[in-house]
Amino acid sequence: MDPSAYTIKQISVFSENKPGRLMAIAGALEEESINILAFSIAEANGFGVVRALVDKPDAAYKKLNAMGFMVSFTDVIAVRMRDQPGGLFEMAKLLSDAGINIEYSYAYSGRDAAVLILRVDQVENAVKAILFRGGNLMKSEDFMAIS
Amino acid sequence: MIAWDPNMEMMPEPELKKMQFKLLKTLVYRLYSFSNFYHERMDTHGVHPDDITSLEDLRRLPFMYKTDLRDGYPDKIFTADQEELVRYHVSSGTTGKPTVVGYTKHDLETWTESLARALTSCGLGRGDVVQVSYGYGLFTGGLGLHYGAERIGASVVPTSVGNTERQIELMQDLRVTAICCTPSYLMHIGEAAKKMGVSIKNDTHLRAAVLGAEPWSEQMRLRIEEEMGIKAYNIYGTSELSGPMFCECTEQNGIHMWSDICLVEILDPETDEPVKEGEKGEMVVTILQKEALPIIRYRTGDITSMDTSPCSCGRTHPRIARLSGRVDDMLIIRGINVFPSQVEHALLGIPAVSGHFMIEVGRIGALDTMLVRVELNPEAFSDKINDLIAIRSMVAHTLKNALNVSVDVEIAEPGSLPRFEGKAKRVIDRREY
Repeated sequence: MDPSAYTIKQISVFSENKPGRLMAIAGALEEESINILAFSIAEANGFGVVRALVDKPDAAYKKLNAMGFMVSFTDVIAVRMRDQPGGLFEMAKLLSDAGINIEYSYAYSGRDAAVLILRVDQVENAVKAILFRGGNLMKSEDFMAIS
Repeated sequence: MIAWDPNMEMMPEPELKKMQFKLLKTLVYRLYSFSNFYHERMDTHGVHPDDITSLEDLRRLPFMYKTDLRDGYPDKIFTADQEELVRYHVSSGTTGKPTVVGYTKHDLETWTESLARALTSCGLGRGDVVQVSYGYGLFTGGLGLHYGAERIGASVVPTSVGNTERQIELMQDLRVTAICCTPSYLMHIGEAAKKMGVSIKNDTHLRAAVLGAEPWSEQMRLRIEEEMGIKAYNIYGTSELSGPMFCECTEQNGIHMWSDICLVEILDPETDEPVKEGEKGEMVVTILQKEALPIIRYRTGDITSMDTSPCSCGRTHPRIARLSGRVDDMLIIRGINVFPSQVEHALLGIPAVSGHFMIEVGRIGALDTMLVRVELNPEAFSDKINDLIAIRSMVAHTLKNALNVSVDVEIAEPGSLPRFEGKAKRVIDRREY
């Protein structure tokens, strides 16, 4: 088992909290025909960090960086949940049993399943622990395949 | 040689003060008798030379402003006839009409002696080869330092500004030991030398630089000294005072202001009251020995502080600190004087942010607010909000320590704050008065 197959490159973009910034980011991705698969905004007073999973992370990084945005890659993992009542509970219990601490998380509910995206402090250990407990982790190639 | 004029430079303070009072009294009587400008000024101000009975009475005299010199263009307020003048210098006039300064033979003598003391105090003398890379001409820097360096017996290389490669060649070939120029020109020389494959540190005899005529920082000094393996000294002067006149000694702990040449006051620019020793305020200068264009209580607009304690070099004349800004730039936030240069200085010490910033001042109710917007350095960008908040708190904390005023900090995207060519306008004041 190669844990790196399960680590997904999320792009994180610094943005001032003012009208038009998200539009600029989303517009840039559209120009490059980059599809956004999951997305969240974390905000503090005055600024925020836009986090997204996209089908072409390298192209997105290059484009946004060239536009002057501060961009970085962050390794995250994505785990499938049952899209039914209790789905999140199962997953939260699994993470708790595995002693995995979540730095931040967001989710989307797709055609096939609900997906929980997690930023954890020790990615490799988390991947192993989740797989060991029967969790259904997505591979980075799954995200390429979606588009 | 430790001092050019040891008796004068190390004279005990009480004697210096006695001498200053005598010179002031003579000056005021002379001007009241021979200058229409000063006569009228003093009459309007309700002060007569007889009122000057102590050094403290200096404060009864009216101020003199840059505008007085501009309005006097070209020579309306000169107190020497044209045939007594041996030179003119003309300020560049970037902020208005130019000002003309005339010099009698005695004025040039005073200026040159002042610089002879200054250059000796930073360890230069006979045997040194001094490259003067200030502009020669209407600007006072080149000719001023030229004659000052000649006076102490140094060999002068009058390169003036420009033709940098040739300057570097001459620096090597003539074994130049000291250079006088603006700090930014020295940095330029350093970069040009690198491109030529010349290391100032290893391939030249340069050991000292006398730098001034533009604002620079202590960080810049350290950088220059380390990169070039030299000592960098801060020199002060403006054309109204004659030109560059006063310099740091080898202690590098303040600029000695020769008491027999000038009387320095540090005033709160708002109240015109003297500030406590060591506190910052506007430097107001009276030149005690000047014939062609006397200067009494001239508002320099420069912000600094004064230290009258004897210097460890043995000199007794008071020292002023590195200039920390201009009065025009000063902000008063909740009663505390704040200078954009302090903000700049504080930000330079924080690797997480760039040197670009903006200050926005406003008022909520009766309370002044100050917001400093800084750009995050891309290397410091973290995907975690908490890390970014920590950076913002750290910047706010650093600024509060530096300014004694609480400020709000906003983190901006890199490249989003305005860039300035020439004079930066980093303050937006939205308060209504």
